[in-house]
Amino acid sequence: MKQIKSLEDLQKIREEALRKVNIRSDRSGTRITVGMATCGIAAGARPVMMAILDELEKRNVTGVTVVETGCIGLCKFEPIVEMYVPGHEKVTYIKMDSDKARQVVVEHVINGHPIREWTLESAELE
Amino acid sequence: MLYRSHVMVCGGTGCTSSGSDNVAAAFVSEIKKAGLDKEVAVIRTGCFGLCELGPVVVIYPEGVFYSKMKPEYVPEIVEEHLLKGRPVTKYLFGETVSEKEIKPLEETTFYKKQMRVALRNCGIIDPEDIEEAIAMGAYEALGKVLTTMTPEQVIDEMKKSGLRGRGGGGFPTGLKWEFAHKQKETPKYVVCNADEGDPGAFMDRSIMEGDPHSVLEGMAIAGYAIGANHGVIYVRAEYPLAVKRLQIAIKQAREYGLLGGNIFGTDFSFDVEIRFGAGAFVCGEETALLNSVMGRRGEPRPRPPYPAVKGLWNKPTIINNVETFANVPAIISNGAAWFSSIGTEKSKGTKVFALTGKVNRTGLIEVPMGTTLRDIIFDIGGGIPDGKRFKAVQIGGPSGGCIPEEHLDTVIDYDSLISLGAMMGSGGLVVMDEDTCMVNVAKFFLEFIVDESCGKCAPCRIGTKRMLEILDKITSGKGEPEDIDRLEKLATTIKDTALCGLGQTAPNAVLSTLRYFRNEYEAHINQKKCPAGVCQALLSYTIIADKCRGCGLCARNCPVNAISGQLKQPFVINQEACIKCGTCFEKCPFGAIVKQ
Amino acid sequence: MDKVTVTIDGITLEVPSNYTVLQACREAGIDIPTLCYAEVINEIGSCRLCVVEIDGVRNLPASCIYPVQHGMNIRTNTPRVREARRVNLELILSNHDRNCLTCIRNTKCELQDLAERFGIADIEFQGEDVNYPLDDVSPAIVRNPNKCVLCRRCIAECQEVQNVFAIGAVNRGFDTLVSSPFYVSLNDSPCISCGQCITACPTGALYEKDHIQRVYRALADKRKHVVVQTAPAVRVGLGEEFGMPVGSIVTGKMVAALRRLGFEVVFDTDFAADLTIMEEGSELIERLKYGGKLPMITSCSPGWINFCEKYYPDFMENLSTCKSPHMMLGALIKTYYAEKMGWNPEDVYVVSVMPCTAKKVEIERPENMHDGIQDVDAVLTTRELARMIKEAGIDFVNLPDEEFDQPLGMSTGAAVIFGATGGVMEAALRTVSEIVEGKPLDKIDFEEVRGLEGVREATVTVDGLDLKLAIVNGTGNAKKLLDKIRSGEVEYHFIEIMGCPGGCITGGGQPIHHPNEMAEVRKLRAAAIYQADKNLPLRKSHENPAIKQIYEEYLGHPLGEKSHHLLHTQYTSKPLYRVTR
Repeated sequence: MKQIKSLEDLQKIREEALRKVNIRSDRSGTRITVGMATCGIAAGARPVMMAILDELEKRNVTGVTVVETGCIGLCKFEPIVEMYVPGHEKVTYIKMDSDKARQVVVEHVINGHPIREWTLESAELE
Repeated sequence: MLYRSHVMVCGGTGCTSSGSDNVAAAFVSEIKKAGLDKEVAVIRTGCFGLCELGPVVVIYPEGVFYSKMKPEYVPEIVEEHLLKGRPVTKYLFGETVSEKEIKPLEETTFYKKQMRVALRNCGIIDPEDIEEAIAMGAYEALGKVLTTMTPEQVIDEMKKSGLRGRGGGGFPTGLKWEFAHKQKETPKYVVCNADEGDPGAFMDRSIMEGDPHSVLEGMAIAGYAIGANHGVIYVRAEYPLAVKRLQIAIKQAREYGLLGGNIFGTDFSFDVEIRFGAGAFVCGEETALLNSVMGRRGEPRPRPPYPAVKGLWNKPTIINNVETFANVPAIISNGAAWFSSIGTEKSKGTKVFALTGKVNRTGLIEVPMGTTLRDIIFDIGGGIPDGKRFKAVQIGGPSGGCIPEEHLDTVIDYDSLISLGAMMGSGGLVVMDEDTCMVNVAKFFLEFIVDESCGKCAPCRIGTKRMLEILDKITSGKGEPEDIDRLEKLATTIKDTALCGLGQTAPNAVLSTLRYFRNEYEAHINQKKCPAGVCQALLSYTIIADKCRGCGLCARNCPVNAISGQLKQPFVINQEACIKCGTCFEKCPFGAIVKQ
Repeated sequence: MDKVTVTIDGITLEVPSNYTVLQACREAGIDIPTLCYAEVINEIGSCRLCVVEIDGVRNLPASCIYPVQHGMNIRTNTPRVREARRVNLELILSNHDRNCLTCIRNTKCELQDLAERFGIADIEFQGEDVNYPLDDVSPAIVRNPNKCVLCRRCIAECQEVQNVFAIGAVNRGFDTLVSSPFYVSLNDSPCISCGQCITACPTGALYEKDHIQRVYRALADKRKHVVVQTAPAVRVGLGEEFGMPVGSIVTGKMVAALRRLGFEVVFDTDFAADLTIMEEGSELIERLKYGGKLPMITSCSPGWINFCEKYYPDFMENLSTCKSPHMMLGALIKTYYAEKMGWNPEDVYVVSVMPCTAKKVEIERPENMHDGIQDVDAVLTTRELARMIKEAGIDFVNLPDEEFDQPLGMSTGAAVIFGATGGVMEAALRTVSEIVEGKPLDKIDFEEVRGLEGVREATVTVDGLDLKLAIVNGTGNAKKLLDKIRSGEVEYHFIEIMGCPGGCITGGGQPIHHPNEMAEVRKLRAAAIYQADKNLPLRKSHENPAIKQIYEEYLGHPLGEKSHHLLHTQYTSKPLYRVTR
């Protein structure tokens, strides 16, 4: 039983609980979309999504919403993960897998450094 | 457990009765089938407000809005939306869907002009999970009050906020608390009036169902302010879902130490118990409510002494309604200045209304004080269905009044409504179109009053009955010109001399319709006509000979054989025999029968 | 008490700050009309006839419950006030059975007075009128809901004062009705037949079950010897029905009137009161001596007995086994006196004139039957006797004084005071003290047991023993005391309990006054009772020569075998609701 005995206790519970529900109210934070059309799923988008969710939870990240999206027409690059950070340009990661996804969470979402070599731009440049 | 997507299925009474239980169950099983149960949560919420469109489902993080859901739509939504990320537009609420984008719920016209303070968490949280309420900030205000403010400061903050009682009378909440605070007698009590009794009103029910913790927190803050350790919620037994959610909320709040002894580690203790009412309208009157709580006959007693001095068990007691309490934590958290910046000069904050009647989007809304009736009915409510003309809006429940078109641009606050002969009441809004007979409307509300009068004082017990008898006479074509005088005389005396608020406002429906629609009364009395064609006794059906083809369909369907004629010749209705059932009118394929 | 200044219709005056507006108006010489208002017991503001205009108050408040405030400006006779009062009165009248001519309260009705005062010529608001059946099943009280104005004074008496809860408001709105729970008849309800509801009623909705007709029939029956007896309290109330001041003692005129009405023999219940003292006094001495059940509680008041049987069955053994005085006398008239006169007891018809409605029930108690014969055949209330005297055209006020018949008309001052609360106690003390101590009393008046407070206590030393006494009037007060005894909080040897507030002088059968006048009426009638006691040469029951004679000739000794059969009875617990299927 979590007896709340101070405002700090309440704050702690609030922070924990907030992570569960902030997707309902918070539209300003970081937004991660995972392509989940047939192409995406076939290419392994589901484990990617699960890895992102797991990593976010493990690292206690709040203010991030994870959304699926349909096919954006780049089926050969699937699984695709798009990252919208407020105030920054959208970054599109391609050919993701669970490991890469976990690193993106750590480097991009938490530390603020996009991993350029996995993005669509770098693939196009090649 | 972190879920990427939340399926919010409305669990308010409106959506529950339109079948949201089955929709929720379908989501649970389909999501499991699709193996998504670790990523997608199904949550039952309180009322979203758009009851007309129920069962309502909102899916986050997109915030898209599925309306009129059925279990059979669910597999497709799970497959397409939750698995593949493509919202199924054909099931979405039409207004939110355009070629380019899908708008989230809060951007629809229904929500755009609203401002949700009392309803802040309704439809957003799972009301049966205290942690979700805490996530949205519940109990922070209580913590702040207990650890950083004196009772006097709390009362001062409430006074500065300008919050007035949302149950009808509009008495300043801070002032009420101050009276009770100053009383020396102990113990004191905090009572929550959840005996919502206006026909068609469900504001308080929705708050209790959707965000019960806001009420508990408001009560605890009030308890601290006046020096009470005991709270009572008086709720209608006809609100089983609200009762259940309150019971769960109380249990959880106790488990978390937010009710009970030494809250937030201070020496303040407060607990809440639920008392059931049997649904008498008069028990919404505070002294009748107290009698009922004490197990006595639910009838009012004279004031003074006011409950703040002598209330429950003759001890100082404050009584506020559900919506008032739900506002309290928001005021403490955001400050009196924030709250008083909303609304009009003398009516601060927002008000929840139940929008019903002849309006496209019926439901539960919350708007800042000072919004016009036109905005509510035509923007939020989407106007009158079937292209009919607006005639009047009845506001304030049976004690309120009817406001006609010419006053639609009046901004709503306590005082403007009184000056129009209506009142804020608890917030029922019944929209009426051109097919409404205003005499009949007055009769409807008076019938309610006559049924619900407690029978204690003579003017209400006998006077309202006599008024109803006169209205009966008028609507059945037996009215005399003096009847209007009689109505006014009775109305004045009842208003002046009835014992309680129910009685004193009982004549309002008649007075306001007499004020704005006197011509309808006169038409009933002098011409023996009901202009809206509602009062059966004043109708007559006639066959226009030119239009009648003599098919005989009317005569064959007449239940009392009042129509005669020869085939291929115009038929005739025998007015003496006609019972005005309207069957011929409906059956005639040529529109040859007129109703007058 | 602090004073505040108020202005009433332009007159400025100072009144105590705890006054209501009504009290202030009356002090200013303005008689505000009221109907539901009864000081202290029924301040509910339900009739809305006493409304006034007060500056700064939006509506018209009921003055009977509205407290005065300093600087208040009150207007009592504006067009708005007059109109509101008139409309409300017409509304009440519109739903009232207006057969005034045939109403028992014709010319004595508060509603009728108000209609007259307002000059109501026409009732503008006609409509549905209630039509309920009469409840006339109870042997004591008839209820006519169609005359009821729902002022609830009867409910206040029954619930707040008497704590009986036989009636209350049921249903709501226009269908509101004063009734027993589940619409059972008063007869099947917890009603104790005390009749206080009748004296509280402003109209003819409540009245006693008529015994006049059966008395007339008996008087007209040539075979019957009709013997009448009168209770002590009747002689200090009856005069009021003929316009005499409250507290007039009319014993002699009453006897004369009874003779003129055709009663063959006029006896005095006071004789039996003296006899009661002999029996009850001896019973107390026995209980004290031989460890009988204490406290012993008096049993003269049938309203109290009904209350005890229904609400306090655990006190059955505490009740004195004595019958009430008029039942004792009835038994003696049909045995001792009938024998003496050579009458067949079946031809003797005993009528008791009582201040009481519960006595009408008491005479039918099966435990008081002897060989199928009732001790008493009819009970007339003081009001009923007055009606008979009026019908007969007897000029009561100018009647000469006449004496009771003998021997059962002989009595002492000790018997007269039975009529007031504390009287039985004092009478018993006068006799018990002398018998136990074996020497004459130094002082006859036991002032310590007199008074009108609901519960009084006294300790009197008799032969070295400190007798702890309590005197109670009104069953609501009895409840308070008995609860304390139950919980062991207090202990007594002897308790006098009278069912009605004030005792028999303000019983349910006495002339009716407005509840607000009752405190004064009680005081005056009690004063008359004690005056009547003082006027008598003999003031101790055991000194009554007729009492000595009846013991010598017939009864033997107190608590003897004959006494046991004729003068004592038993009580049994009864359910609150009589369930009939």
